[in-house]
Amino acid sequence: MCKTMSKDKSQNILEKASSLRWEVGDNFHDKLTEGIYADSAAISKRAETKEGQGDYRFDRKLDKILTSRGFGFPIMFLILSIILWLTIQGANYPSGMLATLLLENIHPLLKQGAASIGMVWWLDGFLIDGVYLALAWVIAVMLPPMAIFFPLFTLLEDFGYLPRVAFNMDSMFRKSGAHGKQALTMTMGWGCNAAGVVATRIIDSPRERLIAIITNNFSLCNGRWPTQILIATIFIGALVPASWANITATAAVIGIALLGVAFMFFSSWILSKTVLKGEVSTFALELPPYRPPRFWKTIYTSLIDRTLIVLWRAMVFAAPAGAVIWLVSNIHVSDISLANWSIEYLDGFGLLLGLNGVILLAYIVAIPANEIVIPTILMLTVANLNMMGLGAGEGVMFELDSSLETGNILKAGGWTLLTGVNLMLFSLLHNPCSTTIYTIYRETKSWKWTAVASVMPLILGLVVTFLVAQFWRLAE
Amino acid sequence: MTEEVNNGCDSCAFYNAAQLKKLGVNVDNADYVIALAGNPNTGKSTVFNALTGLKQHTGNWPGKTVTRAEGGYSYGEKQYKLIDLPGTYSLLSTSEDEEVARNFILFGRPDVTVVVVDASRLERNLNLVLQVLEITDRAVLCLNLMDEAHRHGIEIDARSLAKDLGIPVVPTSARSNEGIPELIQTIQGVAAGEIKCKPHRIKNLPKKLSKAVDELNSEIVSAYPDLPNSRWVAMRLLDGDQEVMQALKNGEFQYVQDNEQG
Repeated sequence: MCKTMSKDKSQNILEKASSLRWEVGDNFHDKLTEGIYADSAAISKRAETKEGQGDYRFDRKLDKILTSRGFGFPIMFLILSIILWLTIQGANYPSGMLATLLLENIHPLLKQGAASIGMVWWLDGFLIDGVYLALAWVIAVMLPPMAIFFPLFTLLEDFGYLPRVAFNMDSMFRKSGAHGKQALTMTMGWGCNAAGVVATRIIDSPRERLIAIITNNFSLCNGRWPTQILIATIFIGALVPASWANITATAAVIGIALLGVAFMFFSSWILSKTVLKGEVSTFALELPPYRPPRFWKTIYTSLIDRTLIVLWRAMVFAAPAGAVIWLVSNIHVSDISLANWSIEYLDGFGLLLGLNGVILLAYIVAIPANEIVIPTILMLTVANLNMMGLGAGEGVMFELDSSLETGNILKAGGWTLLTGVNLMLFSLLHNPCSTTIYTIYRETKSWKWTAVASVMPLILGLVVTFLVAQFWRLAE
Repeated sequence: MTEEVNNGCDSCAFYNAAQLKKLGVNVDNADYVIALAGNPNTGKSTVFNALTGLKQHTGNWPGKTVTRAEGGYSYGEKQYKLIDLPGTYSLLSTSEDEEVARNFILFGRPDVTVVVVDASRLERNLNLVLQVLEITDRAVLCLNLMDEAHRHGIEIDARSLAKDLGIPVVPTSARSNEGIPELIQTIQGVAAGEIKCKPHRIKNLPKKLSKAVDELNSEIVSAYPDLPNSRWVAMRLLDGDQEVMQALKNGEFQYVQDNEQG
């Protein structure tokens, strides 16, 4: 009875409302908004006193420079370069220390411990050479650059610079049919693609949000910066005199990051012209006031919030990957390890792309976490060449003391400048890591779009590396 | 965050547990549910962190909080559940984050809604405050970023503001924890009913419109006498808000009312 009564009541109200809507006309919304504005103005006028100017002269001056036509972009590149350079320079030393500690000091101790309690060889290999070494490598390689990159990035964010980046890039995103706020999610993606995908929630239009999700992978993420930096140092930094090596390597990495941005615009444009057609929606982007960042608090929270969380994620994925690497290197079929079988199988296709079988296998093994691509490549190269005396045995990930030594191994494995360049390109253009794929599914709730977002960059990567390899060989 | 088991909770009828559960909020062991609303980039997340001691990531860009963050604190033997809503400029349009905020205040019926405003941009921020005050009459204004306003030479008379808005106003600088104890105290006062609010209602409406609002309002009041935001529902209906119409058809207001009486 109660239910029917409420039905009647609500029906009456709805009827009344619709008849009144005819009376008041269709400008109710505007009039209501005007009324609210008038009330706000009256109330704030009574409560507020502005001494002197009460304005934001400093903010406006700074905005005139940071968002100007002439200086906006150069300043953006300069800031990005400084952050990257500080990260590359600063991470070297602590990375080396961590590697020495975890790989050269603790690893042998663990091995001795295992031997002294008489652990069987395969368990010892699986746990210590597989799982432990993968974890140690991820910590040594990832922790220092993240501990520098994230706080610097967070300081910029706290200061209020990110909305200015969005402001500068807005027109470019619009021209490619995407939402201007995608600039914000793009910069978040430079830290972590999964975080960038979550951040696309700030985009209201589902069409533009999908574009932002699908193309976020073109933001070079934290797991891929170290690969880029190492390969750029070995193959590109080596092209110039030693005193210029670091700067040239930095420039090469920035070049790859900018290429990623270009691919983001290009694929956004393609998507908005084909499967995700639609109008660009307008939005109001508020440029917040600049706020002096609280330095220590920012350092603390970015270390806890971002660095450790991302590191933990990497470790969770690296541990099983390390186990898989050890297994494929130690399970033999007709006296040849699974790893070698697959490398040989993939080699032809790899060479066609200017890469090789080792790199392709490493990317398959490292789908869970991009961070472990380089150690996997090194380990597989050594195992494949049977370089005894180097490395620590089959299926054992290791870190070499200098990029020079790493370079020697890679060159012995048949690597050329083309392999290096194409590895950098492929590292930019390939499927997102499994966390990001899962996040894309969670955000879109659609297998179709998850598949598009995962496969499209991979296809693009195959096409680009193939073309580069063909033209390179023609030119040679 | 540790949540102590509170035995008196089962019998406590201060909140609308079923409705909140429907919105995905676990209110077990909470005596009061507090919503944090406000424009983007006014420091809601900083206030949230200051109240709960949680370390939600904060950042200086609008739209950072894209989902509801939840936390809690206890004060004077009561447990408070705090919901950080996405920042919005208004509750009148239909973007996703505005709906999250609006639905929560409308259907979630928090015990207190704390509206965080940027003291250095008061006029623009008040637009949202006035809309919130149409929906709920248990609100506290958190006048945040006082340090920044000060730096820009802006002074605000909190008492005059409180008088005009009809709700308590607490000036804070959440970044340095200033005013947070006072805010906690004020929230407690409003939640426990010790502080009575007489919220401002939107006045500057043309005659014809306010007559229509009143007419529809009296119809709604006669059907649902205990609905506190009947005037706002009337305005939404006149604006042709599909979701509110649907809620009316589905009897959700009836539901709200039944729970209110229970």
